[in-house]
Amino acid sequence: MPEAVRIGRRSLVKRTVGQGSPIWRMDGVLFAAMIALSVIGTLLVWSSTRTWISNEPTALAKKHVLNLCVGLVLYFVIAMADYRWLRTYAPLVYGIAILALLLVITPMGSTINGHHSWIMVGGGFAIQPAELAKPALIVFMARLLARHLQGKKKDRPRPLDVALCLAAAGVAAVLVMLQPDLGTTMVLAVITAGVIVFAGLRKRWIALATVAAVACAQAVWSLGLMKPYQVARFTALINPSSDPRGVGYNSTQALVAIGSGELFGKGLFHGGQTTGRFVPEQHTDFIFTVAGEEFGFVGTVTVVALLGVILLRGLRIARMCEDRFGALVAGGIVTWLGFQTLVNVGMTIGIMPITGVPLPFVSYGGTAAFANMASMGILQAIHIRERWH
Amino acid sequence: MTRLRGRLFVLQVLVVALLVVLVVRLWQVQMVQGKQFVAVATETRTREVRVPALRGAILDSTGHPLVRNVPSLVVSIDPARFERMPDGGDSVLRKLAAVLGVQFQALKLRIRPCGPGISRPCWPGSPYQPTPVADHVTSRQALQILERQEDFPGVTAEIQALRSYPDGKNAAQMLGYLQPVTKEELERREGLKASYSGVDLMGRDGLEAQYDAELRGQPGVRRVQVDRMGKTIAVQQQAAPTPGDILITSIDAKVQAIVEKAVSDAMRDNPQADSAAGVVLDVKTGRVIAMASRPTYDPAVWTGGIAEKDYRHLLSDKSGKPLVSRVIKGTYAPGSTFKISSVAAMVADGQPLHGTYECPSAYNVEGRAFPNAGGMSLGSISLHTALVKSCDTVFYRAGYEEWLRDGGKKAKSKVKEPMANMARSFGFGKPTGVDLPGESAGLIPNRAWKRDLWNATKDQMCRRAKTGYPEIEDQARAAFSKRLANENCLEGYMLHAYEAANFSIGQGDVQVTPLQLARAYAALVGDGKLRAPRVGWALVKPDGTLVKEIPVPVVGKLPINTETRDYIRKALSEVTSDGTAAGAFAGFPMGVVKIGGKTGTAEVFGKADTSWFASFAPADNPRFVAVVLVSQGGFGASAAAPAVRQIWEGIFGLGKGDDGKAVKAALPDGRPASRLPVIRPDGTVGR
Repeated sequence: MPEAVRIGRRSLVKRTVGQGSPIWRMDGVLFAAMIALSVIGTLLVWSSTRTWISNEPTALAKKHVLNLCVGLVLYFVIAMADYRWLRTYAPLVYGIAILALLLVITPMGSTINGHHSWIMVGGGFAIQPAELAKPALIVFMARLLARHLQGKKKDRPRPLDVALCLAAAGVAAVLVMLQPDLGTTMVLAVITAGVIVFAGLRKRWIALATVAAVACAQAVWSLGLMKPYQVARFTALINPSSDPRGVGYNSTQALVAIGSGELFGKGLFHGGQTTGRFVPEQHTDFIFTVAGEEFGFVGTVTVVALLGVILLRGLRIARMCEDRFGALVAGGIVTWLGFQTLVNVGMTIGIMPITGVPLPFVSYGGTAAFANMASMGILQAIHIRERWH
Repeated sequence: MTRLRGRLFVLQVLVVALLVVLVVRLWQVQMVQGKQFVAVATETRTREVRVPALRGAILDSTGHPLVRNVPSLVVSIDPARFERMPDGGDSVLRKLAAVLGVQFQALKLRIRPCGPGISRPCWPGSPYQPTPVADHVTSRQALQILERQEDFPGVTAEIQALRSYPDGKNAAQMLGYLQPVTKEELERREGLKASYSGVDLMGRDGLEAQYDAELRGQPGVRRVQVDRMGKTIAVQQQAAPTPGDILITSIDAKVQAIVEKAVSDAMRDNPQADSAAGVVLDVKTGRVIAMASRPTYDPAVWTGGIAEKDYRHLLSDKSGKPLVSRVIKGTYAPGSTFKISSVAAMVADGQPLHGTYECPSAYNVEGRAFPNAGGMSLGSISLHTALVKSCDTVFYRAGYEEWLRDGGKKAKSKVKEPMANMARSFGFGKPTGVDLPGESAGLIPNRAWKRDLWNATKDQMCRRAKTGYPEIEDQARAAFSKRLANENCLEGYMLHAYEAANFSIGQGDVQVTPLQLARAYAALVGDGKLRAPRVGWALVKPDGTLVKEIPVPVVGKLPINTETRDYIRKALSEVTSDGTAAGAFAGFPMGVVKIGGKTGTAEVFGKADTSWFASFAPADNPRFVAVVLVSQGGFGASAAAPAVRQIWEGIFGLGKGDDGKAVKAALPDGRPASRLPVIRPDGTVGR
């Protein structure tokens, strides 16, 4: 009897770390890259916020580490779980995310830095539901697009499912727009497009949608009398709080900070532009400039390379996955993180417009850290169980 | 699943492309353009800040401070930053006014730059500098500002050394004052423009101006790292300022106080007097021991920016222009004090030193009687008696005869003019060269001067001779002026006999400063050498090392022999006992210290007489010369001589003060400080 108990109910610790535990089947490279980025991010947050509170230079960095720890717990819990569980509860996850977004626009929501995007949860912590909406939408759409094709040869999504996806994404996007948070809206749009395209949307539809999008943009461009200052205003609209001294200040300061890092950077805590807080939002949206100034080209390439490792490992997981749901989720996550990397790094080096999008794993921000790490947990869960199908 | 994998492969290609693009762009930004961005970053991040050096103190000959620095918390605003604000900084200024407890409008007026049409209150300094809006703020107020920099952009509170004057008004004009450097001055000085921190003050008058370069020191330069609000985060490089030298003067603060009181009392006792001056020189060295001028003011009004009301008052006629030092800038007819020069001229011109001279009650010059004061008639007297009793007629004759010898109205081509030339040899008619700015030259009228003046004014005079002075309401005065204009038009180029006669007793056009007179007396009773008086004695570094001792240059020699000088000195030694100043010195213990001197009473058209007393002591071996002038004071014996007596009593500790107690000697052994005070490395003063 005790023997049977022992077989049937191994202790939680043993199940977690013991032989045969899924933890040993995790993608170590992906995990290492995530941890490395988190460590770098912590250093950069520390450096950029150490002058904020004069006698407590590590205040924000500590909070960041706490956020990361919570995220890491989330990561392990999700990685250990059977990801099919996610498929089952995908509508619930999506529903919670939408509910949270609705809460933001009620009086329960709070405004920080000009964005009405937060729900205060006490203790100085706040939740940013828009960040949670990203993985929630991916999971929900993957379920919609995979449900009727599971195990079948046919691999075109049903038009109804595509329409449902667009509706689900639309609701989330509109709620995020209301905050207003154009950056996240764009991310949601790109995620939606990516997941639907991966699901097997016909090329002609893709072409049509692309043409429609380009036409729309063109229409706005030409009909909207796009004079330079309006373009500038548009950029400022995307991130109003970050442009206090005229359009172009941010991108110039960001470029100066990164450029002045040269090959090896000025060293941690030795970046003059960072210490002088010349670049706004430097611990969140412009954290990459700290890497640029203090760690130089070596540092920025390391960060980009680590992000590249995550994206490529994520793609590997997606492509090796036998399960359509899993592959779509993994593909969606890579699209999401890849797009944020492009926009975030791109805006600091002057190849993208200024947009309020955080750099995955590096920027300060609790909810974003939870969402990013949870999504890594999902990738690991898919990886661990990919051969079950 | 194949299609899904295919599409994921496309994504993979995109991701790789993204990575490549980012790395290439980073290479471009950091490796190719890196240097360029480093330069831009340095420029946006660093500021050069000028650190003003601590200005040197000004000490008296015993080390007592006449001007010193006291640290004070000063709140300033950066005009350049305010200009960039959308509302011109008004909102910040309002908050600042609330913290400082003053009116917003008052602050607003105070920071606007002075200029044409903008009178005080305004900022006379450069717009590149922080503009002080309040000094002597409490540390509480300063903290309120410093801790809330986001509320007070462009506002700083820092400790600055402000000038303070331990002896109040004493020697105010001689010490001078500081004012901010003007924009024009700043632009003339290369490299100053870019630096905008630290209030740059410049000496504007007196010793502060004369020794500005030495007192100022070398300002330091600090390269600081600033954040985007302009707040300093770190100092990158620092060239420490070199504090200015300390100026040790030959002034004795105690004697200065005595002279100040003496001239004050003279003003009080002679209510019609409009101004007064007193100066004490060291006969042996030619250095200035005290120098006082009335009316005066408190130099502390300049500290931290002068108030509108005070500034207007200082410049007004009502206040009597207290900024003007009467000792060096006031010129007056010297009256009989001038007779030392006339006697010297007579003797040098060949008249016997020991001869006898007629002293009638009046002397006739070209049909006009020139009387002695009070109709005094002494018969045949020596030059000695002529000086002691101040017999004018002796000099009228000498002046007139000299004029005749030079050709009278029809001047010879080469005139001797012994009296005018002797006066020049005594140092009159040109600045003494004292180490103070803005000195007057005075005036010695001679034939050349008359001709030049006439050439310059004849057109106007001749016009007035025809048109008269219709704007003068007083008919008699207008008629007199017209007659004068006519006379000047016709004969203005000539030196008249009456002018020559008047000149011999220091009347008429002759003008001297009290310092010129004192210097002339010092040369006469001393070694016969004319010196450019010095107030500054030495410059020492703040740690006490001597930079240099300021020499007293000899600028001339009296062209008379020792016998003549001794003769005149001995004559003047009896003025206080048997002569014109006997009354003023009644009861003075001449047995202890014998005083010599000469009274002077100069007539001024339309005003009361100018009262002079030029004096020296001890009479047998003079160490000090003291001259007091009381403008509109009346007789020299009645206004100036008592003031000089007061000075001697104070210096030697004779007689009784106002409180009835015996006066304590300012210089007990009758000698000024002969050794420089010792400044110890810690800044304290020893002997």
